Amino acid sequence: MSELVATFAPIPQGFGCPPLDLDSASVARARSLARQIAAEVQERLAGQSTLAIERTVLRLFGVTGATADGEPLANRVVMALHTAGLLTGGVARPFCRAMALTGLDAQALAEAVAADRVDLRAHADCLDVVPEVRAIGDALAQAGVARILARRHEREALIGKLGQGVQPLKYVIVASGNIHEDVVQARVAARQGADVIAVIRSTGQSLLDYVPEGVTTEGFGGTFATQANFALMRTALDEVGAELGRYIRLCNYASGLCMPEIAAMGALERLDMMLNDALYGILFRDINMQRTLCDQRVSRRISALAGLIINTGEDNYLTTADAVDAAHTVVASTLINEALARQAGLQTDQLGLGHAMEIDPLRPDALLLEIAHAALIRHLFPGAPLKYMPPTKHMTGNIWRGHVQDALFNFVGVLTGQGIQLLGMNTEAMHTPHIHDRYLALESAQLVFGGAMSLGTELRVEPGGKLEARARHVLTDAVVLLEEMAREGLMAGLARGHFAEIARSPTGGRGLDGVFVKDAAYWDPTADAITAALEALGQLPAAGEAQP
Amino acid sequence: MSAIDPKHVRAYGDTLNDGQIMLSFSLPVPFGEEAKEAARQLCRQMGLEAPQVYHAHDLGEGFTYLVVYARSPHTVDTTQLRVTKMATAQLGKDAIEALAAQKFTRRLRVLGACTGDDAHTVGIDAILNVKGYNGDKGLEAYHCLSVKNLGAQVTNERLLQEARAFQADVILVSQIVTQKDCHRSNLAALIDLAEADGVRQDVLFICGGPRLSHQVALELGFDAGFGAGTLPSQVAGFLVQQLPPR
Repeated sequence: MSELVATFAPIPQGFGCPPLDLDSASVARARSLARQIAAEVQERLAGQSTLAIERTVLRLFGVTGATADGEPLANRVVMALHTAGLLTGGVARPFCRAMALTGLDAQALAEAVAADRVDLRAHADCLDVVPEVRAIGDALAQAGVARILARRHEREALIGKLGQGVQPLKYVIVASGNIHEDVVQARVAARQGADVIAVIRSTGQSLLDYVPEGVTTEGFGGTFATQANFALMRTALDEVGAELGRYIRLCNYASGLCMPEIAAMGALERLDMMLNDALYGILFRDINMQRTLCDQRVSRRISALAGLIINTGEDNYLTTADAVDAAHTVVASTLINEALARQAGLQTDQLGLGHAMEIDPLRPDALLLEIAHAALIRHLFPGAPLKYMPPTKHMTGNIWRGHVQDALFNFVGVLTGQGIQLLGMNTEAMHTPHIHDRYLALESAQLVFGGAMSLGTELRVEPGGKLEARARHVLTDAVVLLEEMAREGLMAGLARGHFAEIARSPTGGRGLDGVFVKDAAYWDPTADAITAALEALGQLPAAGEAQP
Repeated sequence: MSAIDPKHVRAYGDTLNDGQIMLSFSLPVPFGEEAKEAARQLCRQMGLEAPQVYHAHDLGEGFTYLVVYARSPHTVDTTQLRVTKMATAQLGKDAIEALAAQKFTRRLRVLGACTGDDAHTVGIDAILNVKGYNGDKGLEAYHCLSVKNLGAQVTNERLLQEARAFQADVILVSQIVTQKDCHRSNLAALIDLAEADGVRQDVLFICGGPRLSHQVALELGFDAGFGAGTLPSQVAGFLVQQLPPR
């Protein structure tokens, strides 16, 4: 199958998806509309920045740590300017100017600001970026970019040396709340065959407007994403991976109010995947859409640079809306997410676009419909990893039935050539996974993936049959929805509740107070350095370039 | 088959009173005969007899997964069971609407939210959204109810503020995340706050979630609780029957 380019993980012999006869004009139309929608949003928000983006600049400058009461220094520095109304020119200019005048390095200056020894407001009045200040900012930005690229090359070297799992990559979650327990659970999962470990975040973290500091042992429904926790898990997975002779990927969440900041931390700690959706926070966490749409762009540019895979969250649409009625919203959203991601420099092999198996399993032909949906997504995004999500809505607490549903899910995943399979747990809807839930899930996946590995390239879809008709129908509906959203704009479309049956207003939700209009003197050397690095890597689309 | 003695009921496998029980668990003991023996001893300490380890799997890192069958000699007197059940009858949507039309001169105002840090709205949405759950229409589809869904991560303080503004007759609280029993403390705190505000008696407080039951809800000071698999009509039926005429 030529469309399954094995750029992110090897594909076994015969692995692929049965051909599907889609209307190529509809496919082209859908993609062009999605690009149009993404471009309109980008243009509208180009003049804005956010608190999270400014904190990310400081993170890339090397500022880390927190005050004694736990407030990160990055927050303290940015707020020192923002509360005085002096952030519209960006944090970089006053910060680098203060560095030039005090002779302090970035970390020492952030500490001095936090200790009230340096007043940044005094450095915000000069609107010019003098060459000396520019040189400091550019050097810091380039050093930050170099650190990220070094981690990227480290990953490439480790995968080259150790090898890695084959598609579909087996992805499992750990979520004990205590990073030390998570490490044990993750190491066991790797030994049982897991290729990707995702550390679920503590519930509520997405709404924190700061990233907690240090190693954490308490969390609810998950473990806090902190740079120290990232580093601990990275070391553990590298150790077990070296022993097993298989690179184990680490996944976390660049989402919520700290989207770009966590992307930067993940890039610096060599995470390999990030949950990162342009729309999820708006819909499911009621985060302001201007905030998230600005933040997602910066977070994705950093992820593009880091060479990591982003996972989008369209699977969630089907937990609130009906999985059959709303199938086209998943397709429309993945196309928009793809267009926004490509604008930010993410490449095909970095697009873990999300979709899910959420149809009521007792519905007649449920499996046929699921195969149609999964095959449609597979054919719309050739070469992209694709992240396929397991049943959650119709998991009942009957662990035996749940295990069967997950086995069917594994079958659809391998049959349709999905790149990343988030393995379902038989205890879904009961509790965060126990150590043996993960083993049972991995055993099931190995059994099904092994047995059905070549079916996708052997079986054929009946021309004019139910399956083909369903896939074509969903695509047609997606094009209708995209036409409407292209007419009215993405933000208006979200306000009308097109996705997940949830309506959000452009000025509602959390985090709008952290969005500001950049003034004429705005300067962000990290943006320039990232752009230059992405251009050097050939990852930025040329203006007006027709994308695949 | 011999007659079942309701005063001495044992677990049932394939023969009355065989007491057959299955267990599966992991031990932080390296895979091997010691792990199996540890599992058997643990089962005996649970009061089980003749434990058989049918499956043991090496999880690595010093852990072993086990599947054990054993015989439980213990009995339960089912004639002496006391459980807390909802006293109201289960009605369909039409019967609920008809009853409401008789009892109330206005629509009942229902306010729903996931409180605390909980971001999982699947449960509250299934109960409130028009679409409902498993073919059973949600509360928004009821003519007799006026529904407002505050969504996820609502603080108890804000919930009560909104309830005053909305003049809610009923508050529905969903709690899915239960790690370290945070749902219990959070729910109990809501009732404490409502009592401190003097609004506890004015509003029907109902909670729901996979780890909640009517009994737990009563213990926490709620008027009712609904567990996994609850249909919207069960909730609607309860509140229409429970609320006095207004």
